[in-house]
Amino acid sequence: MYTFRRMLKASTLAACSAAVLVSTAQEQVKLGQAITEVSLAEFNLIAEPSGTGFPAGSGTAQQGRTIFENRCALCHGSNGEGNSDATVLVGGNMQSAETPLRTVGSYWPYASTVFDFIRRAMPANAPKSLTDEETYQVAAYVLYLNGLVAEDEIMNAQTLPQVRMPNAEGFIDRSHIQ
Amino acid sequence: MTKSSKGQNIELDPERVAANGLLSRRHLLSAALGGAGLAMARPVIGQEPGINLEIPAWSKAPGPGTSPYGSRSAHAQLERQSGFGNPLYPGGGASRSPLQHLQGTITPNSLHFERHHAGIPAIDPAGHKLVIHGLVRQPLVFDYEDLLKYQMVSKTYFLECSGNSGALLYGGNPDGTAQSLHGLVSCAEWTGIPLSVLLEEAGLLPDARWIAAVGADAASMGRSIPLGKAMDDSLLALFQNGEPVRPEQGYPMRLFNPGWEGNTSVKWLTQIKVTRNPLQFRDETSKYTDTLPDRTSLQFTFPMDVKSLITSPSGQMRVTQRDIYRVTGIAWSGAGSIRRVEVSADGGQTWGDALIESQQLDKALVRFSIPWRWNGAPAVLQSRATDSAGNVQPTRDAVIAAKGTINRYHNPCIQSWGVNTAGEVTNVYV
Repeated sequence: MYTFRRMLKASTLAACSAAVLVSTAQEQVKLGQAITEVSLAEFNLIAEPSGTGFPAGSGTAQQGRTIFENRCALCHGSNGEGNSDATVLVGGNMQSAETPLRTVGSYWPYASTVFDFIRRAMPANAPKSLTDEETYQVAAYVLYLNGLVAEDEIMNAQTLPQVRMPNAEGFIDRSHIQ
Repeated sequence: MTKSSKGQNIELDPERVAANGLLSRRHLLSAALGGAGLAMARPVIGQEPGINLEIPAWSKAPGPGTSPYGSRSAHAQLERQSGFGNPLYPGGGASRSPLQHLQGTITPNSLHFERHHAGIPAIDPAGHKLVIHGLVRQPLVFDYEDLLKYQMVSKTYFLECSGNSGALLYGGNPDGTAQSLHGLVSCAEWTGIPLSVLLEEAGLLPDARWIAAVGADAASMGRSIPLGKAMDDSLLALFQNGEPVRPEQGYPMRLFNPGWEGNTSVKWLTQIKVTRNPLQFRDETSKYTDTLPDRTSLQFTFPMDVKSLITSPSGQMRVTQRDIYRVTGIAWSGAGSIRRVEVSADGGQTWGDALIESQQLDKALVRFSIPWRWNGAPAVLQSRATDSAGNVQPTRDAVIAAKGTINRYHNPCIQSWGVNTAGEVTNVYV
């Protein structure tokens, strides 16, 4: 097996990327290169409900207000009112008589998703341009706009995932149906 | 059944299989159909096309020679149809396959539907990495060139956005076409490495239950997938219909979860984290969750339901002569293969079995057809599929009764195309 792997490496590096290499079920190629979790510190952006994956740093809504005005309000409005159903961040009530407006405050089951999504995908015109510190601040501001945290409440890896979301119990896991 | 029987009382037709003109599917194999066809433009009722048997100009002069990359006929310029995206967020949005103009079961790569969340990244495969980490014995990173050396499998699968056909739940849309209403489904041969091979290479730890898949687009879009699926038939797809996966489909590599809602088949795949629990990404909480009338919301609704659709005649087309037409369409199911497709011409009161023209592969489109004699009377054409698990495609009323109208995802309902006395075909609700 080791000989086979070395052979693969040696032969394919020599400018023959089109070569057809045959392996059997018993001799599946194994070309993954070993890495460590530590090496993924910059690469891995997953912030989990458990708190795993949240970076160092912290922020408050107070600190996030200016960044939100400058970087987010174009689409989301200064107070999270948005410019469409797709960009509104506040309001709504899942029990309303009319079709409920589904927002971070009314619909999202996990606070961790707010941080995770801002860090990986926002602002839409320049994703991943906020620092971790700024991401905590903006996430805190979005949670504050929804009345879920105080203006001066410090959001960090410990506190943010613990923020209780109003619709946390509103989902039914159907993953057993595959 | 011959053309000489045109005008005969259809209720006396020996090959009638259902009311309002549906004939035995055997008719398609045994007799030529009326030549009228379907017209998108003005009606030609009463006109006979002129037949010109002179040698045409293109037979009298040599044409251009070979080319490095093929192109379409100037007379067959099919296109995807894009919706209206958010102008502040141009990378979002979707485009739809021109279902009413396609035949067979394979969607050409240039016409495969698209749905992007932050546009199409311009990836140089030499700089692209696939990382597998989390609850594994050995975290690994794979290069594109190395992945090309693995044994691969090739499978034909449909891909459908779970938002496909969602507009039917609103009602309205009389001007809808097969493309605009249902064009978020396509089908291709996908070639790649079983994901189980790569996960086993990293070595799963006992607590592993889910994987989180993340793309290399600007949204770094992520979805959580149960490990059971990932180890069953999920692919790391590198080729689509024989060529490297197109950029808008995830070049250089995408996850492909056969039969599941399209969003889970994460494009531009760059990270797989093996985990104990789902990660609760934005696109599995805020989006792609199905809110019911009681305001609870179904989460992780993965398989796509059994479904079919008549693609011709369909919305915005026109039947032009009282004649026999080939009613044709597509059917598919995330639960297996298609076993049966029935067609109705009277809004679902009577049904006749359609001919399945194609292979009946698991989780792939099939093509069906049935001959239909239009006698000039109003008709409502519907199709209804049954899959290998025994699931039968539901009516729109049944879908709404079960899941209400707040939800816009996972609508497999029967499509009704109304044909009026002028032969105009429109989206109707019956």
